[in-house]
Amino acid sequence: MQDLLPDKVATLAIDASYLLVALLFIMGLKAMSSPVTARRGIVVAGIGMLIGTLMSFLYPGMGNFALMLAAIAVGGGLAWWSGRIVAMTDMPQMIALYNGMGGGAAAAIAAVELFRMAAAEPGAAVLHGPVVTSLAAAGAFIGSVSFSGSLVAFGKLQGLIKRSLRFRGQQVANLLIVSATLAIGVSLVVSAHPTMQVVVLFFALALVLGITMTLPIGGADMPVVISLYNAFTGLAVAFEGFVLENAAMIIAGIVVGSAGTLLTQLMAKAMNRSLGNVLFSGFGEGAAVAGGQVQGSLKPIEPSDAGVMMAFAQKVIVVPGYGMAVAQAQHKVWELAQLLIDKGVMLRFAIHPVAGRMPGHMNVLLAEAGVPYDLIADLDEINAEFETADVALVIGANDVVNPVARTDKGSPIYGMPILNADKAKNVLVIKRGQGAGFSGIENHLFYLDNTRMVYGDAQKVAAELIHAVKAAG
Amino acid sequence: MEGVIAIYIVMLAAFTGYEVIARVPVILHTPLMSGSNFVHGIVLVGAMVALGRADTPLEQVIGFVGVVLGAGNAVGGYVVTERMLQMFKASGQKKNKGSP
Repeated sequence: MQDLLPDKVATLAIDASYLLVALLFIMGLKAMSSPVTARRGIVVAGIGMLIGTLMSFLYPGMGNFALMLAAIAVGGGLAWWSGRIVAMTDMPQMIALYNGMGGGAAAAIAAVELFRMAAAEPGAAVLHGPVVTSLAAAGAFIGSVSFSGSLVAFGKLQGLIKRSLRFRGQQVANLLIVSATLAIGVSLVVSAHPTMQVVVLFFALALVLGITMTLPIGGADMPVVISLYNAFTGLAVAFEGFVLENAAMIIAGIVVGSAGTLLTQLMAKAMNRSLGNVLFSGFGEGAAVAGGQVQGSLKPIEPSDAGVMMAFAQKVIVVPGYGMAVAQAQHKVWELAQLLIDKGVMLRFAIHPVAGRMPGHMNVLLAEAGVPYDLIADLDEINAEFETADVALVIGANDVVNPVARTDKGSPIYGMPILNADKAKNVLVIKRGQGAGFSGIENHLFYLDNTRMVYGDAQKVAAELIHAVKAAG
Repeated sequence: MEGVIAIYIVMLAAFTGYEVIARVPVILHTPLMSGSNFVHGIVLVGAMVALGRADTPLEQVIGFVGVVLGAGNAVGGYVVTERMLQMFKASGQKKNKGSP
């Protein structure tokens, strides 16, 4: 295909448009950090992406346009379709999936460059200097780890990978893989004419590292890991931006890299875990020790009795957890809440920072069900109020209301801020079965004298509670 | 690109990213992560250039995969972020109408 514009004009126009793209991205992200302007923010960033993509067709000396359009149609079409149909509960793993694709794309850019270096005749002019080669290799490494790691994260949250694979000496093994990959990376830079095999080995090791790094991490910690890989992909994109001398990629990549790092820290803090702790110690490892002595017994109660208890309460605090979302019970629960409010019950929803699968995820899910904001309180706001509540209704939440986090120093969740549901006069726990929570830790709240267990699917139980509250007059 | 200028760009961009995120309420963490995930979808343009300049079949295959993945990142990131943020707006309106 003929180039549409003279080379110099095209290059200048593209550079100018990339500056605009970077500006639109930053404005978009800024707008996204406030609920009022958030919607406009993503549209602004989207316009930037559209401009960047369209202008990139004008690059001088490009071919393969048919392939390019086909690839955009395939990748974009599948992503559009999957993004449209995915349930709000599954949002975290979709973010992981799309993020992994970005990392993979950055690695692919590096692969093209590195394979081109490998394919060059021995003795031919060196394609890239050591700095550019280093950046390409670094982007390849980080991008590959982000790609395979994000896919594992997706598989785990989607339930495709059930077990957290851990074996003795795992960290030593990971360290060996890191060292080997870095060594090969250095050899790529030094040799300038690497062989095909070495490049393939480099990518293979980096991809394996992403898998072995992510497999041992428990599902509860996954959001932090996804956020970390998000920052990784940003960095990889920036590095490949340097290789291609693409300002939009450099700026956008670094902005996401730094924003993502900060977001990762905020999330880890909300979960009271350090990043090193998340990455290097599997969650729930100490569960057997912590599960030790539980006093008391589990006391079941019928939904009809539980409904009456709430109907005559003055103050009810609902603690929703991911289990509620899995059962798609948020609509029924909101219906129950409205019924109680109409009866004059003071009712609020208490949201733990890590309720759901990701900080802020539960707010998205309740917003979907139509719960207004002024009924939703976060941990700091609501914790003092549990003492005056007649009923704390815990629906599908577990670790975030486990008093062990306050008392048992040996517990893996020790020190995590929890919702003080145990301080309420009565605690009702809706739970599917008698199993332990996501972290595998026994929940001492369930065994307290003032706790009653309502077993069953959250949606069904909520419907029965609605029935009982109505019957109570 | 000049080394020193490149370092300037990195520094300023890193500062910008930090500043933009620093005061975000927890309720927006999930959409914002999704939004920043969308922004690095700009990797699509790099993959397009890599494919556009590919000569050998091997380069073309890798470039093709790169563009598929990049387009997936950009489009998927946009769709899910927009869906989430749309809901936030609706719920804000309801609050205004519903509260006494």
